[in-house]
This record gives sequence, structure tokens and C-alpha cells, in this order.
Amino acid sequence: MASESALEPFTEQYEALTGAGTLPGDALPWLKRLREEGIQRFGELGIPTPKVEVWKYTNLRALERTAFQPAAGGTATPSLDTVPSLIGEQAGHRIVFVNGRLHADLSRLDRLPDGARLTSFAKALDEDPGLLSDHVGRIAEGHDDQAMYHLNSALMQDGLVLHVRGGVKVEEPIEVVSVAAADGEPLSWHPRHLIVLDPDSEATLVENHVSLGGGATFANAVTEITVGAGARLHHYKLQDEATTAFHIHTLHGRVGENAFYDGFGLTVGGKLTRNDLHLRLEGSFSDARLNGAYLQRGKQHCDNTTLIEHCVPDTTCREVYKGALEGKGRAVFQGKLHVHPDAQRTDGHQLSQALLLSEEAEIDAKPELEIYADDVKCSHGSTAGELEKTALFYLRSRGIPYPVARRIMVESFLGGVVEEITTESLRTAFMERITNWLSQASD
Amino acid sequence: MSMLEIKNLRAEIEGQEILKGLNLSIGPGEVHAIMGPNGSGKSTLAHVLTGREGYEVTGGEVLFQGRNVLEMEPEERAALGMFLAFQYPVEIPGVTMTTFLKEAVNSIRKARGEKEIDALQFTKELRERCKLLNISQDMLRRSVNTGFSGGEKKRAEVLQMAALEPKLAILDETDSGLDIDALKTVSDGVNRLRSPERSMLVITHYQRLLNYIVPDRVHVMVRGQIVKSGDKNLALQLEEQGYAEFAEEAAA
Repeated sequence: MASESALEPFTEQYEALTGAGTLPGDALPWLKRLREEGIQRFGELGIPTPKVEVWKYTNLRALERTAFQPAAGGTATPSLDTVPSLIGEQAGHRIVFVNGRLHADLSRLDRLPDGARLTSFAKALDEDPGLLSDHVGRIAEGHDDQAMYHLNSALMQDGLVLHVRGGVKVEEPIEVVSVAAADGEPLSWHPRHLIVLDPDSEATLVENHVSLGGGATFANAVTEITVGAGARLHHYKLQDEATTAFHIHTLHGRVGENAFYDGFGLTVGGKLTRNDLHLRLEGSFSDARLNGAYLQRGKQHCDNTTLIEHCVPDTTCREVYKGALEGKGRAVFQGKLHVHPDAQRTDGHQLSQALLLSEEAEIDAKPELEIYADDVKCSHGSTAGELEKTALFYLRSRGIPYPVARRIMVESFLGGVVEEITTESLRTAFMERITNWLSQASD
Repeated sequence: MSMLEIKNLRAEIEGQEILKGLNLSIGPGEVHAIMGPNGSGKSTLAHVLTGREGYEVTGGEVLFQGRNVLEMEPEERAALGMFLAFQYPVEIPGVTMTTFLKEAVNSIRKARGEKEIDALQFTKELRERCKLLNISQDMLRRSVNTGFSGGEKKRAEVLQMAALEPKLAILDETDSGLDIDALKTVSDGVNRLRSPERSMLVITHYQRLLNYIVPDRVHVMVRGQIVKSGDKNLALQLEEQGYAEFAEEAAA
């Protein structure tokens, strides 16, 4: 049973927003219905507690206790200089969101090839409502129990829309910078993203989540993705927000025949990060990579909960999550491979590895296989341990002092999963972020 | 002054005494070999000298160029000029040999209050060292020891020794797991690094290695002590007679 007081701020927000009639796409019946369903289901489910199985290891009490106000448009306008880039100032394409809203002035979209459209959710509702009504809320269908997804549906206002038409290749990476900006009172927003790759198209999307200002923030994002037949999506994410940030991200993706979804997420920031990632391999010979790394210290908490569904024969997936924790840093990995009865010759492998760099660090890992087909190759594994003493001594015996030896060993450990990123410049950028984190003084 | 002076060294691991009052003195430029049966404490000695965790020194002294090193961290001992070639070198995936050695050399230089080396100059020198030691330059671009054969790992240890230019090199069972060709290559490399300023302590179970790295002194170690010392002929004597006789002497 949901506690009334915890839900109140959000239901009030919903009433205020719908009452004012200023919500984007307010006149669209399908969107109105999605919002109504959203607030209703959220009201029934409430903010998840550890009693809900998939939230067993992640407690949202601290989030409930914070009085978040809805982030208003135009509250904070950072300058271009203060918004960092993973792909370089001149390279690629860039779209910037501040507290969930598009900042066109900070974006760089003029070099996109014909057939690739990168815009905001609010704009797309005006310009291409058909694309949105075809996909928004539909890709995610069938997950009626996800409270945070429904909260997003109720309160969504803006977000990213990427649509790449059939056969079009976006060669350079697209960087999506999401700035969480709060100086004073705690602010929340609910961005809604849609990525549609038509058949045989290709794009590389890299999300860069950062903070400005020292206030508490809560981003409750939902991303819906469809990768059409023969299309390839490289989707990377850096969560580098401040330790005052709550970050919940629910992703639903559908991967078509011969299509490839290549996902990687690095979490170094945040107070509490939850990535709820769900992929459906719906076409034969579809292939998914769902990899990630995390570094957490202090009281940071990072939860990667993933579900990969093999729905048809001859699909493959590889999933590796590696992380290192120091201080009271905590991580959760819950990964499920679900092989449907028809999904013969599924080839699925999953691995979770954690390095505990302090006595108080904690990892809860729960790899799971649920297999209903009989001709499959599936495996899973999970390890947790300290830095290998012999290796540490080896480095130190060469004159390398302990802190540097430790950094090199963690880099080597995480490098094993970062190298799965196919774009070399991004691989370097992610490794640099890891090195920076490790070079900061530990607590 | 001795390069290394070990006086009545006692050390234990998990409450069990392994080194039982060991004495040894190595002069500058000298190559000493320690031979002994399995379990005599040879590798423990190598680890205690270089500061590996997990051993408790319960008595005695280790003076390196007159300084007691027993309280020092492994990296401090390396900065003073001690080096250990490992019996089982460790793999570090994703870190190239060049990067690793640059990190090591710069750490040591920093500890000595010296300037960082020029990266280009260093890479050039490394290539020259490879040539000198008959090691393929490919190794510099590969991840440290990762996927190396047994012979490659030992050659990589010799390359590291060359790059770090230690004053005292301890070779822990460098011959283990090597076929005769690899043994020759590794020994040639070690011999090229012999110099009047550099001492070596070669730890081995078999006399075979000492055909290639000819020592100035040979010591027999049994049950945590040096029980006999002599010149290189002692190694040949051991080869013929085995360790049994010395073990009895030690027990007597």
C-alpha cells in the first residue's frame, strides 16, 4: 500500500499541470490517456519499497523524504563553457537538456545527414505527432508494474527524440548532454526519450549526465527504443552527476531481425542511480550487448537491473558489468536473461564482477537465467573480491606507490569491459573519466 | 660496504617460522646463488627482502647499502634500487609494457627527487634495450604478461630489470618452466646486465641455470638457514650428491 504523503507532491504536480492545460501535447487524446493511466497506476503502486522484489536492494526512502519541486523551464541557463563534452567541442552532433528541457542554444544539430532527425519531445509533438503516437508508451507496453515508469508517463514534458530513416547512417556520434541544475530547493523532472532507428540505419548516441550547482535533483527518465531490422544502435551513457542527485532511468528497447543494440553505461556520479534496462530481442539473428561499469564511493549507490528477453530463435546477447567500490559505496546488479519457449539456439552470456576496495563497500549481485527453450547456450556468473595481493605487490615491487598501483589495477579491471565500446574516441573518453575518478582522493 | 647484508634474519608466516637466523653478505658487482630443496625458504627470503605483505620479521636485520630496509614499503625498496624478478609474473591486461615501465621508472625517479623522463626518449631507449637483450619489440606494445608464454614472461622480467637499472636484482626461480632455448635467452639477458655496480641474488632449485649464469658464490639453504657456502663448484657438488647430505648437516 502506497503511503499517501510520499505520493502527494507528485499527484499535486499532476493536477496542477493538467489543470493549467499547458502540458505539451495536451490536446492529443492518446497522450492524455497515457498520462491519466500513468498517474493512476503510480497512485496504486506507490514509490517502490524494498518489499518489491526488483527493488529489494535499493531503498528510495531518502528520495521520498526530499521535498522536490518541479523544475520550471528557464530556471538555469548554463553557458556552453560549463557544459562538458565527451566527444570534443567541434566533433559530432550535440543536443543539450537542462533539467529535462531542450536548450537549443547549446545544441549543435546543423550537420546531421538527411533522414536523421534529432529534436525534443515537445517539438516533435507539434511537428511529427504520428511518430510519437506510434511508439511512445507502446514500446514499453507490458510493464504495468513499473511505478517509476508510470510516474514518468504522468509528468513527462520534454526529452529527446531521435529518428533515423531507413538506410541512413549517422557517422559521427550524437552527444546528449543532460544537465541537472539546482542551486537552492530540490528540483525534479521526468524526461521522456524516444529513439527510432528504421531498418538498416545506424547511429551512435552517447548520453552525458552532469550536474551544476549543489542542490538536490531527481531525474526520473524513460527511454523507449526501437532498432529496426538490420539497424545498429550504439548507445553509451556516462552518469557523472553530483552526489546530491537521484537518477532513475527506465529503458525499454525492441531489437528487430538482424539488428544490433550495443549498450554501455558508466556510473561514477550520483547519490542514487538506478538503471532499469529492458531489451526484447524480437527478430531472428538480433544481437544485444548490454555492458557497464561503475565506480562509487562515500555513500553513493548504483543499481543496474536488467532484463533481456529472447523472444525468437537465433538471438544472442552478451552482458558484462564490472565495478569498484570504496568507502561505503554500494552497488546492485540484478540481471535476468529470459528465454521464451520458441527462442531455440539462443546464445546468452552474463557476468557481474565487483572489486571491493574497502571493508564497508557492498555489492548485491543477482544474476538469473529463466529458460523455457531446450536448445540454448546460456551462462551467467558473478564474482566479488578485493584487489589481488600478488598483483599489487608486483606493481609496488617495481617502485609504483600503492595509490598508483591501485589505480592501475582498477583501470585494468574496468578496461576489460570499456573495450567493448566500439567507438574508439569514446572508449578513450570513458577510460579518462575512470582515471580521473581513481585519481581523486579516496575517503 | 656490502651491497646487501643479512644478519640473523628470522621471519614467519601465519605463526610458522620459515627463516631461522639467516646470514648472507653480497658485495657490489657480485652474483650469488642460493640453492635449496623445496620448502627451504628460498622464495620467502626473496619476498621478505622486497617487502611483500604477509610475513612477519621476528628478528635480525637487512641492510641494503647500509640502510635497514625491513620497515620500508616495497616501492621504497624499489626506489633504493632493489628489484625482484618474479617466479610467476603477474598479468595486467590493458596496460602496455611501455606504459607500465614508464609509470615504474617515473615513480622511482620521483621518489629520488629526479625529473620525469622524456616519453619519446624513454620509448627509444626501451627499443634499444629490447635489441640488446634479443627481445622482440612487439612485447612493448603488448599488455604486461598478458597471454605471454612462460619464456616470454621471464624475458619480460629481464627487460624490466634492464629498464629499472637496479643495484640489486633478486631472481626468484627464473629458470622454472623454461626449456633449454628459453633458458639460454633469459640467461644471456641477465649476463648482459651484470656490471661492477650491480649485484645479483639468483635463487634456484637446479644447478642447470648456473651453467649459464655463473655465480661468484653459491649458498646452500636448508630449513631457513644457509648451511654451506662455496664457489661455483659447490653447485656441481650439489648436483651430484643432492640435498640430503646438507639437510643432515643442518639437522646435526
